[in-house]
Amino acid sequence: MVKKTSQRISVASLDDLVNVAGASQEQEQQYRYHICICVAAGCISQNSDAVRDALIAEVEARGLEDEVQVKGVGCMGLCAAGPLVRVDPDGIVYQSVTVDDVPAILDSLENGPVEKLILPQDIPFFERQQKIVLENCGIIDPEAITEYIAAGGYLALHKALTEMTPSEVIDVVTRSGLRGRGGGGYPAGLKWVTVAKAESETKYVICNADEGDPGAFMDRSVLESDPHRVIEGMAIAGYAVGANKGYIYVRAEYPLAVERLELAIKQARWAGILGNGVFSTTFDFAIEVRLGAGAFVCGEETALIASIEGRRGVPRPRPPYPADYGLWGQPTLINNVETFANVAPIIRNGSDWFAEIGTEKSKGTKVFALAGQIVNTGLIEVPMGITLREIVFDIGGGLPDGRNYKAVQTGGPSGGCVPEQFLDMPVDYESLREVGSFMGSGGMIVMDDSSSMVEVARYFMEFSMTESCGKCIPCRTGTRQMYDLLSKVVAGEASQSELNLLVELGDLLQNTCLCGLGKAAPNPVVSTMQYFEDEYLERLVDDNGSADEPAGES
Amino acid sequence: MSKVTLATTWLDGCSGCHMSLLDIDERLIDIADKIDVVYSPLVDMKEYPEQVDVAIVEGAVSSEEDLHKIRMIRSRTKILVALGDCAVAGNIPTMRNKFSREELLDVAYIKSATENPQHPSEVIPALLPKAVPLHEVVDIDVFVQGCPPSADTIFHTIAELLAGRIPADLTEHTRPGA
Amino acid sequence: MAVVRSRIKTLKIDGQDVGAHEDETILEVARENGIMIPTLCQLDGLSLVGACRLCLVEVVGWRNLVPACTTYVEEGMEVITNSERLQKYRRMIIELLFAEGNHVCAVCVSNGNCELQWKAQKLGMDHVRFTNQNPDRRVDMTHEHFVVDANRCILCTRCVRVCDEIEGAHTWDIFGRGENSTIISDFNLPWGESPTCSSCGKCVNVCPTGALVEKGKAAGEMIKRTEFLAYLTKMREVKK
Repeated sequence: MVKKTSQRISVASLDDLVNVAGASQEQEQQYRYHICICVAAGCISQNSDAVRDALIAEVEARGLEDEVQVKGVGCMGLCAAGPLVRVDPDGIVYQSVTVDDVPAILDSLENGPVEKLILPQDIPFFERQQKIVLENCGIIDPEAITEYIAAGGYLALHKALTEMTPSEVIDVVTRSGLRGRGGGGYPAGLKWVTVAKAESETKYVICNADEGDPGAFMDRSVLESDPHRVIEGMAIAGYAVGANKGYIYVRAEYPLAVERLELAIKQARWAGILGNGVFSTTFDFAIEVRLGAGAFVCGEETALIASIEGRRGVPRPRPPYPADYGLWGQPTLINNVETFANVAPIIRNGSDWFAEIGTEKSKGTKVFALAGQIVNTGLIEVPMGITLREIVFDIGGGLPDGRNYKAVQTGGPSGGCVPEQFLDMPVDYESLREVGSFMGSGGMIVMDDSSSMVEVARYFMEFSMTESCGKCIPCRTGTRQMYDLLSKVVAGEASQSELNLLVELGDLLQNTCLCGLGKAAPNPVVSTMQYFEDEYLERLVDDNGSADEPAGES
Repeated sequence: MSKVTLATTWLDGCSGCHMSLLDIDERLIDIADKIDVVYSPLVDMKEYPEQVDVAIVEGAVSSEEDLHKIRMIRSRTKILVALGDCAVAGNIPTMRNKFSREELLDVAYIKSATENPQHPSEVIPALLPKAVPLHEVVDIDVFVQGCPPSADTIFHTIAELLAGRIPADLTEHTRPGA
Repeated sequence: MAVVRSRIKTLKIDGQDVGAHEDETILEVARENGIMIPTLCQLDGLSLVGACRLCLVEVVGWRNLVPACTTYVEEGMEVITNSERLQKYRRMIIELLFAEGNHVCAVCVSNGNCELQWKAQKLGMDHVRFTNQNPDRRVDMTHEHFVVDANRCILCTRCVRVCDEIEGAHTWDIFGRGENSTIISDFNLPWGESPTCSSCGKCVNVCPTGALVEKGKAAGEMIKRTEFLAYLTKMREVKK
């Protein structure tokens, strides 16, 4: 692995960037083989770091240090088959690698691939994806700025600063059709232009990395696998809107992401890419990491801002929107990790290139985290407009053990369950909303026919209940009441009138809660009642309990 | 015209609502010839009739006997009136709900007993785990809040029912704790 | 000719034509015109939090309901303050509050002088359809003059705000989240041991329910007085 201190480089100009890229590539070319092992959270949880150490030790033991480079890289996507190891230049990927497999892998350099470990690359999981956000994930060492630069990194920032005006940058983002990837799908360009127009000496850029949906790990993987990409996107945004300070609000439960982000920020600062006079221009930009303490509601932008300011993380009514009155009362641009990760490629390749991908209203790609009853658990990036069927059955490999598809839950606790009849629907912001679900940040949980949809609804309601901040009444107590009513349905103790009450509460929360958490909390209930009403009805009991019991005396 | 049959009873309550009912005073005479009180602590009738037009119930549902009784009443009654905060909202009887049954019985029958400390096992009906208002176990047609509801409110309620109407404006006459 | 921007807005509230300054909220303008929108967390003289959701109103053509207390007037807007739907929502919110805490009025010192109770009556809540949560929160009688019964607290945060913004002590704050939220004095110290509390009693007087009360009161005897707030606000404005 490249020593972190060797990452003290300086890039003041385009020439420097090109030189660093060249040097990095040259350094790579010194080796005959590169053994890349995923060291993102999914594979690390399956001991990939031990495998990496064993590989390094074995390379040294065999005296191959000058020929074989062992390096940790970011997420390769197919977490279900981890730990994943790729041997370049042949690009052979091995799955479920253990420490015991290390000698065989090194033997393979001379003797040909280790057949029993090979993960074929011609399967739909890899072939059907289109990578923009994840283009470097699993390829470069996330702890080496040189590798990011060698992969074309920071060229977009350089281009923006030296060849474009801020309004031209915004124009490119607007015309690309990029929409916020945090869930709502608000047009990014529109947000940027609002902040740019706000009159203030001081403005801020915030990257929302408080990813909290159950089963979602898109932002985590991007931060762990390619942190510089987010930094570059934020710096471009800062230039475009007139901000000189950025914050990355990341949950403390992502220690590896935090570590890599802080290292990346340090490297960028050393290189002159962050700090005063970025690329020797007059543009200053600094980034600070702020840790969230695990409250889901802090993903809501006004709560997030309160938390950065050191106050209790609760939302406040909007307007005023953060674009107008945000961090410390100043105009603030907030986008999520994946949104920022799209910025550099858009600037690099132009808006037309990006706008050609996806559907009419939803451009580009979307990263999804596949989880639940699916063969290929993992991280994927697909063009908007791909069908759910392709995602679940082609890329995801379908359900394990021949089980039957029942629904896929998207959008986390704010989303809904999409039943079989919509499997051929193209996935974008609008279509998901039409069927009562929500894009959300990109978690997809696949369920088979053994799943009780009432229990699924109750699970998400419990999540919303425990994550409610408690500020507004309908959310604080309404989620509790809905949870209790759902528990009664699950236990087969609820009556029709209680079910009606559940529906009424759902309507109340959707219309009266202060922030998106409460407003969207009933969505899993509403969508499961829409598509799986029978499962609710079959559990109901008579209104007056045992009213039909023989009338007796008291 | 046949008289309206009326039943009244109390479950877990203090009988204060019935006192307030009696506070209707001379207006009782006005309604007396329109109703037939078929079951009530105020009359000597041991069994609840098979068919009753209106039942006015005071008190929360606290014991197995209460539960049995309110279900029986519901099944034999056309219009069921929850009278007073205990019947409507649980009120004071439900303040025990944060404690377990065992804790309650310990305090009442063991810790504060001067002789023969033991949990009652017969005669006294078993407590439900939680005391609940009437509408949590049966459907209620009219809710009359108040602790107790004023005599005026009760008179208004009965007068409306006798006129063949379900009183819809009761919150203009009374409120919780009134 | 220079274009002059009008700072006066005309709008309709419940069909009534009203005029307003652009710095006014819907709630303020409605009140000026005798249109009463129910509120609980809002109190003149304190900052706005928009938490109780009782003052939500409809604006014709707007997708979402908006809180009247934090929404500024706009030219030509048509506000509806009391539709059937709004009444239903408000009633449910009050029901939820009653179900959340111990709001047994009969044994409360604030009985008869309680804003929650008044709202329940005014909004036509004839019973609570939700199961009571029977909370077991703090009852603290350590203060020399006052009592806090968190079971009767509706988390309107008026006490937090008056203590912070008017008295300047910031003794009160909210602890925990969701249904476990509760008011605490300082870092969850007994109130009587609070080093910051000045015993001014402002929190007690702005508390809409029987959560913060004076010692020595029997049921129904506690009467809150909020007049001081308007007076202090006025005096401070004069001083500015």
